[in-house]
Amino acid sequence: MSAPTRVADLLARLQGSGLALQAQAGLAPAQLVTVAAQDWGRLAQEASALGWRWVSVWAQELDAEVGADGAAGEVGESGTVLQVNACFELGGAYLVARTRVPRAHPLLASHTPVYPGADRPERHVHDLLGVVFTDQPDRRRWTRHQAWSKSDHPLRRDFPAAGQPAELTPPDCHYSFLQAQGSGVYEIPVGPVHAGIIEPGHFRFQAVGETVLRLEQHLAYTHKGIEKIAEGRDAAGLARLAGRVSGDSTVAHAWAACMAMERAAALDVPERALWLRALLCERERVANHAGDMGAMLNDIGFAFGAMQFSRLREAWQRVSNEVFGHRFMMDVVVPGGVAMDLQPLWLPILRDEAQAMRQQVIKLMAIINNLTSVEDRVRGTGILKAEDAKALGCVGYVGRASGHDFDVRRDAPYAPYQNLSVKVPLHHYGDVNARARVRLEEMAASFDLIEALLDDLPGGPVLATWKGAAQGAEGLGLVEGWRGEILTYVRFGADGRVARFFPRDPSWTTWPALELLIHDNIVPDFPICNKSVNGSYSGADL
Amino acid sequence: MLRILGKIQRIGIITEPVPARDEPALSEVGAQLKARIGERFGGSLAIREVDAGSCNGCELEIQMLGNPYYSIERFGVHFVASPRFADLLLVTGPVSRHMQAALLGTYAAMPEPRLVIAVGHCGADGGEFGTSYASCGAVANVIPVDAVIRGCPPTPLALMRGILEAIGQR
Repeated sequence: MSAPTRVADLLARLQGSGLALQAQAGLAPAQLVTVAAQDWGRLAQEASALGWRWVSVWAQELDAEVGADGAAGEVGESGTVLQVNACFELGGAYLVARTRVPRAHPLLASHTPVYPGADRPERHVHDLLGVVFTDQPDRRRWTRHQAWSKSDHPLRRDFPAAGQPAELTPPDCHYSFLQAQGSGVYEIPVGPVHAGIIEPGHFRFQAVGETVLRLEQHLAYTHKGIEKIAEGRDAAGLARLAGRVSGDSTVAHAWAACMAMERAAALDVPERALWLRALLCERERVANHAGDMGAMLNDIGFAFGAMQFSRLREAWQRVSNEVFGHRFMMDVVVPGGVAMDLQPLWLPILRDEAQAMRQQVIKLMAIINNLTSVEDRVRGTGILKAEDAKALGCVGYVGRASGHDFDVRRDAPYAPYQNLSVKVPLHHYGDVNARARVRLEEMAASFDLIEALLDDLPGGPVLATWKGAAQGAEGLGLVEGWRGEILTYVRFGADGRVARFFPRDPSWTTWPALELLIHDNIVPDFPICNKSVNGSYSGADL
Repeated sequence: MLRILGKIQRIGIITEPVPARDEPALSEVGAQLKARIGERFGGSLAIREVDAGSCNGCELEIQMLGNPYYSIERFGVHFVASPRFADLLLVTGPVSRHMQAALLGTYAAMPEPRLVIAVGHCGADGGEFGTSYASCGAVANVIPVDAVIRGCPPTPLALMRGILEAIGQR
């Protein structure tokens, strides 16, 4: 079934069940529809019944006349509305539903009862904009700790970016974790400062003996106000910020943000620039998968594997530095294209490097695959059931290791991927081993893609001049980063300045999965379970 | 097992000399680092790393110090889990307001004399994130800082050089 057919199908069903909705242009490749606020909950029920995946929710405060968009709803005293957007996907077709609620009474039905993956994103929208999701089963705050008060909402217009922070923000000691009780149940609090060289966050384990009964995460320690400080930036400044949403995904996030801005501005990006962006993105995928393979093996005490893969990652990054001037290729993706061209002398070198790396990984895995001590730790460990992955809307290697067969590059292809054959590995068992297999197979697919991109690299310029975007222009970026689908929304305000930036890192979908897949595993297996998922704290804390 | 040993033998020791453009070369920095740690820290420098709100780019490069190319442990540098036995606190920023108390707590738990290095543009001055309702900005806005290693992120070699300079000041 084609994407337009799927969308038509859903719209027909929604209309058939009496929902007043209006299809609109804009936000391509997604179909935009506006719905009345009172139908918000029903919308999710109908979409779920047809098997659509819930992707994300984001909101913004708009002048009433700007936010109207044909949707019904009272405006209230303040003259502004909170516009709420939810994105759904099925088989590569995207739908963005849009509604609005008055700022003074921002009440809306929750999507969480139908889509459990909506839980944290809705709580994030509540904490930052004050939208109250009336039947949200979890009423606790998520992104807000103690840096601003319950009555303040940083993304509202009258909240200054500087805020009014206290000299010392108190620690967030009184978050109400769910309690497990019973004889022999004990708690292990971990973080926010972790033992290794990793990002901060809090994990609360309840365990009996060695076995984990429950894990609950309390994140947002790295909340840096990214959405707020994006406001008022120019396009180049937003690309730089997007490149630092999650440092390990700098290329993919910068690409998604630039794609959103370029669509908003209807700017055509030169072909060669798109090919080079894909080359950078595949290199980023290989670097991270190789690094994580090493880190996973390190977490089961297998130093040989850890050292070998970290060696491969270092060598790979050095070439990135030589060719693109930065070990993570930061700030190479810019609005309108890429900041630098690829010199012809590098073509054979990059091709040989991909080939050599492929051989290295094959040889290493021929050794590692045979080791029972490794197998013992990864097989059957940290199983994410297919139904849980589906319910949470898990994307990327976490979803693909649990039978969720989706990849933006193949299913909703963007240039240059529509010209390429993207192999998407799929496994079903959902354990650490399956996630490692998917990553290895994704590396192999990336080597193929790198070779194909180099073979067919078009000539011509690599940068189109950024000419600005009209006030109110908006765009959606959808990119398959190494962790999975990244969705980025950008809206421009006056003078070509950014009015709203929302990057949805795939980690939003996989952090909750870690809470489920660790159940009934032993505490010492937490590090490898965590690494096999490897959510970004910064990417989800924003 | 034989295959593992075979692989180890074939790869050999890849620990640097680095490409000539990295000045001064890693071996040189490493030798100086080792000598200074020998003089001033009894041969062992214990570092506690705290991510106080970074984008994780700095963490990736700090982790790389342990790979076989840099192998920073051979110079006597260890990353430790507890601030209680750390000589040096390596902090990446910006310091988010949600991490302010945790960073202060980590600093307070270290024994005197203690060194603090702020890492990255963000640790140095708030970088791309600056100071806001959610960010305290530079590490120095929260705890006393002895040295700064700039970069976005700083390379492993820049990190080694920065650590060397910082411990040289003592």
